[in-house]
Amino acid sequence: MTGANYWVAYQTITRKEILRFSRIWMQTLIPPIIMVGLYFIIFGNLIGQRIGEMDGMTYIDFIMPGLVMMSIITNSYANVVSSFYSAKHACYIEEMIIAPIPNVVILLGYVTGGVARGLCVGAAVSLVSLIFTDFYIHNLFIVLIVAFLTAFLFSLAGLINAVFANSYDHIAIIPTFILTPLTYLGGIFYSIKLLPEFWQQASMINPVLYMVNSFRYGFRGASDIELSTAIGVILFFILILFSISMILLERGTGIKH
Amino acid sequence: MYALEISHLHKTYANGLEALKGIDLTIEEGDFFALLGPNGAGKSTCIGIISSLVNKTSGSVKVFGHSLEQELIKVKSLLGSVPQEFNFNVFEPVNEIVTNQGGFYGIPAKIAKKRTEFYLKELGLWSHRNEQARTLSGGMKRRLMIARALIHKPRLMILDEPTAGVDIQLRRSMWQFMDEINQQGTTIILTTHYLEEAEQMCRNVAIIDEGLIIENTSMKSLLKSLDSEIFVLYLKDTISEAPVLDGFGRTLMIDENTIEVEVPGSLSLNDLIQQLDVQNLVVSRMRNKSNRLEELFIAITAKPEKST
Repeated sequence: MTGANYWVAYQTITRKEILRFSRIWMQTLIPPIIMVGLYFIIFGNLIGQRIGEMDGMTYIDFIMPGLVMMSIITNSYANVVSSFYSAKHACYIEEMIIAPIPNVVILLGYVTGGVARGLCVGAAVSLVSLIFTDFYIHNLFIVLIVAFLTAFLFSLAGLINAVFANSYDHIAIIPTFILTPLTYLGGIFYSIKLLPEFWQQASMINPVLYMVNSFRYGFRGASDIELSTAIGVILFFILILFSISMILLERGTGIKH
Repeated sequence: MYALEISHLHKTYANGLEALKGIDLTIEEGDFFALLGPNGAGKSTCIGIISSLVNKTSGSVKVFGHSLEQELIKVKSLLGSVPQEFNFNVFEPVNEIVTNQGGFYGIPAKIAKKRTEFYLKELGLWSHRNEQARTLSGGMKRRLMIARALIHKPRLMILDEPTAGVDIQLRRSMWQFMDEINQQGTTIILTTHYLEEAEQMCRNVAIIDEGLIIENTSMKSLLKSLDSEIFVLYLKDTISEAPVLDGFGRTLMIDENTIEVEVPGSLSLNDLIQQLDVQNLVVSRMRNKSNRLEELFIAITAKPEKST
């Protein structure tokens, strides 16, 4: 097996993953668009007008990047956790385990699928936001790099969840009890400057805060967090989760007996 | 060269079950080898370790001289595996399952598609290529797994009960196909509960029981060790009682036209016919009562009944 063979294997896994969520677009692409559309209507238009400005911008402009980021996080995570767990549960993960490909290729293939779905939904939600607010991007490069890194990070998290999951309930526990609270408390709907000092400091341990704020900086040029710190935190978590994923795959945790 | 060399292979599962207790096994290149054993004997664990789906506890496995531990990627590229359970995404179209497997082995899409067409045609699945795999019958699903395992042209194929649940006609066509693959040089390891299949297809055999290899020999010499065989004879004329046959074992009268005779290895069927002829009994038809290997298998793996 050469690098060219591994490239073919990577493309195959990626294509398979993208086809999987594209074929069931009614379940994977439409619901997040509708949900974020409702957020824009309720929090942006109806309630947002009464809130007034936040961080020097209208409330709908303030929450728009966070809502896009929330879609990227939940969808990249959901894609990998459900796809990898289904493959494990129905044993067709064995197709890849018996094949002569390094685990890193399997990992990158699944993660690319998660990134693709996260970015597709993120792009679709951004388009929907045009109905409610002007589309303004302060720094396109920052927007793209933060979106990509965040999707990558949560795809890795989804894979780790899937490795340990023993039932479909287990793949819902982390999103419900950890991911959703972290996302909602990650500064999507408010600036942490509004919080008392203690809660401002407490918010700093929430990794989602760094993603939302750096993404908001890319769109609006305003952030509660220093951009380089935010990118550094995301890269740090990617490194940690990537290492854990590789160890789990090498050991065959949850896959091999 | 050995296609497979296993030495001192042990496997103890997390729940303490010792599935393999140090097995040694060698299989020659080009062989059609039967790995037999009762349920829970350790066959699937052994196959799982070779295909790297199960982590071994200790021991070593070499495929065509390449170590499973040190040259895992190389070993995987030489192996094709058809597992006992269906392990494909049932919502994927048939051709995609096979072509994707080619992709996992690094085969470029163009070549993988050509091979997919070839194997799906060979195995009678081409007309179902665009259907989701869940719509296929049990036999078709088994053939799909064979096509998938062949996509990278493995040198060693492991077939774990490939004909389970397949009707006899289809089973025979699959035997023919497996034989052709073997004739082309692919070494085949077959596990099956259809012992007739093993007897007909395989040149060598190992019997595994309770995690140990208890018999490892050629099919011929294993069958030679059988002391006697039972034949059912259909007589032209009616009889009122079983004939007395000198030197033969148990002789039973099944009905007025049928008898069952145990023929020892020291006597031939000619001897039997001659003795019946002397008694004016004409045999119109006859058949072997049961599969010979089956009898041996039961004898070898028989366990003493536990007292209650």
